[in-house]
Amino acid sequence: MTTTAPFTLHPARRIVVFALLALAGLTLVWRAVDLHVVHKEFLRDQGEARYLRVVALPAHRGIITDRNGEPLAVSTPVESVWANPRELATAQADWPRLSALLDLDSTGLAAYLAERLEREFVYIKRRIDPDLAARVMALNVPGVALMREYRRYYPDGEIMAHVVGITNVDDIGQEAIELAYDDWLRGVPGAKRVIKDRLGRIVEDVESLSIPRPGRELRLSLDRRIQYLAYRELKTALLQHKARSGSVVVMEAGTGEVLAMVNLPAYNPNRSNGSRSDKRNRAVTDLFEPGSTIKPFTVAAALESGLYQPDTMIDTAPGLLRVGNKSVRDIHDYGRIDVATVIQKSSNIGATKMALAISREQLWRIFSGVGFGAATGSSFPGEADGVLTYHTHWREVERATLAFGYGVSTTALQLASAYAVIANGGQLHPASFLPVKNPPHGNTVMQSDTAAALRSMLERVTNEGGTGTQARVTGYRVGGKTGTVHKVGARGYDKNRYVALFAGFAPAHHPRLVTVVVINEPGGEQYYGGQVAAPVFSRVMAGALRLLNIAPDAPVAPTQQLAHNVLGTDLHQTSIINLPSDTYTGDAE
Amino acid sequence: MNLQGDKLFAALLALAALASALAVVYARHEGRKLFIELQALQQVRDDMDVEWGQLQLEQSTWATHSRIDPIAREKLEMSVPAPDAIQIIKQP
Repeated sequence: MTTTAPFTLHPARRIVVFALLALAGLTLVWRAVDLHVVHKEFLRDQGEARYLRVVALPAHRGIITDRNGEPLAVSTPVESVWANPRELATAQADWPRLSALLDLDSTGLAAYLAERLEREFVYIKRRIDPDLAARVMALNVPGVALMREYRRYYPDGEIMAHVVGITNVDDIGQEAIELAYDDWLRGVPGAKRVIKDRLGRIVEDVESLSIPRPGRELRLSLDRRIQYLAYRELKTALLQHKARSGSVVVMEAGTGEVLAMVNLPAYNPNRSNGSRSDKRNRAVTDLFEPGSTIKPFTVAAALESGLYQPDTMIDTAPGLLRVGNKSVRDIHDYGRIDVATVIQKSSNIGATKMALAISREQLWRIFSGVGFGAATGSSFPGEADGVLTYHTHWREVERATLAFGYGVSTTALQLASAYAVIANGGQLHPASFLPVKNPPHGNTVMQSDTAAALRSMLERVTNEGGTGTQARVTGYRVGGKTGTVHKVGARGYDKNRYVALFAGFAPAHHPRLVTVVVINEPGGEQYYGGQVAAPVFSRVMAGALRLLNIAPDAPVAPTQQLAHNVLGTDLHQTSIINLPSDTYTGDAE
Repeated sequence: MNLQGDKLFAALLALAALASALAVVYARHEGRKLFIELQALQQVRDDMDVEWGQLQLEQSTWATHSRIDPIAREKLEMSVPAPDAIQIIKQP
């Protein structure tokens, strides 16, 4: 037989075909399992990555205001120009126009881009104003795009610079309050996942990854008006006396709140220049020897020892006293004077005799009690502690020099804090840059009788015959103390480099404000605290008392009949509540 | 069950499925439209926030004392009254 069934002849063929088919089927199944089970996660993520996008939700930094809500630092969005260097490299012809518009050096830009060619993101220029940004985008240079960032502006410029501080290019606090309260002020940007369409529009919110938290507002204890006043007066005084630097601190006596703190020289926080030394807040970082301004505390220790009364007589003749191998001098021979006159005339010998008569511990207790040698608790960045050695280390000479303020060092803020103790009856409050709503009961560091006695002695300093007559404020009784301190040079105390000081309070019968004025190295003819610092104190205090509506305690009888002319009514016979309300706003007819 | 009834029921289910599918498409579209609107409104809100901040800054800059003080003194010739020109009135 020649014809046979092919199937029966070649069974192996059938088996091979079936086996191949089965293998193909199995391969498909295996591939399906591979894709759907083994690589499922990876593939899904890759797919989503092609349409899901994470979008950042920017959060701005909190605003800083003064005690009345006036803004001192505000963050506002600006645009930063960035580019993809690879795309931008294709459009070299556009570079000159771009660099011209952004005020960049075009060869510098080319070098900058050449170095970063393999990156996908470089900043071209950060923080430009929105109008300029719009013009950059109008150039339509490929690879160039905008990014929104925040920039901080300080409307008061250098007036507030030392207290408010600055932030860096990423809006993180670098100095002062901006640094101290960075966590509070800083906004935390959020993020959300979205689906974008082909044109880049967001078509659906998929999930919120983190909710943006804008920075919180911070209200300071400063008063913008008093701050400006202090700045203006300090600047005038520095120019007039050719001084190197200076500080003014104004403090609320009852709470320790800082109402104004000014230093010069200063810097403009809206520009990122200014030397390191100009950026220093001298009122909290720079130490000086308090000199005669410490004498009230020496007297406080003497009064509390019970050995002295304000009218106890002390013999200061002949104006020279030897202690160990040093001599203590007065400017004049004051003869036999009482304790109050020691303060009024600022007698070094009087202060020395008191300090040597009482125990070391008594003197140390008052000095350290009012805050010398320890930070004020303001938590201001970089605050200096000051220096006050422990009383067991004092030799006789040191007791003598401490009595008139040498061998101890302090900051302007510390001195203000110490005078606030006298001003508010012996209570020490920590200095504060934030408003204090319910002042806590301060630490009692001095008896209230002692503080009251000191207040009336310090008032005599500004009266006829005292060293601080130029600190007077018309209409108010003012107390305070002058100080003129030799600066330490390369070889001991310098003969002709001084720090002129005035520390005081007003109104004297019930003090509300404490002000400290420090003028460093006055270069003119005058260098005494009573000539250089006291007039600044007087003008700042006069303005601050008026701004805060503090009633005069020694009113001057008006000599001008302005009431008739201005208001058209006789105020002497009319009480204020009976006046029609438009009298103040409208002009007199 | 007769065959006729089964067929009718299947057709009804098919129609219902179609209607539900169309409703899903519609709702989804509507959702996206509303979302885009929401985005636009949020953008408006953010822009207004920004403008408010800028206005606040501008006001504060114009109102800075180092600017007002010279204007008041020199241009408007204002001055702080001397203490002896002030009459203090105590509210009875």
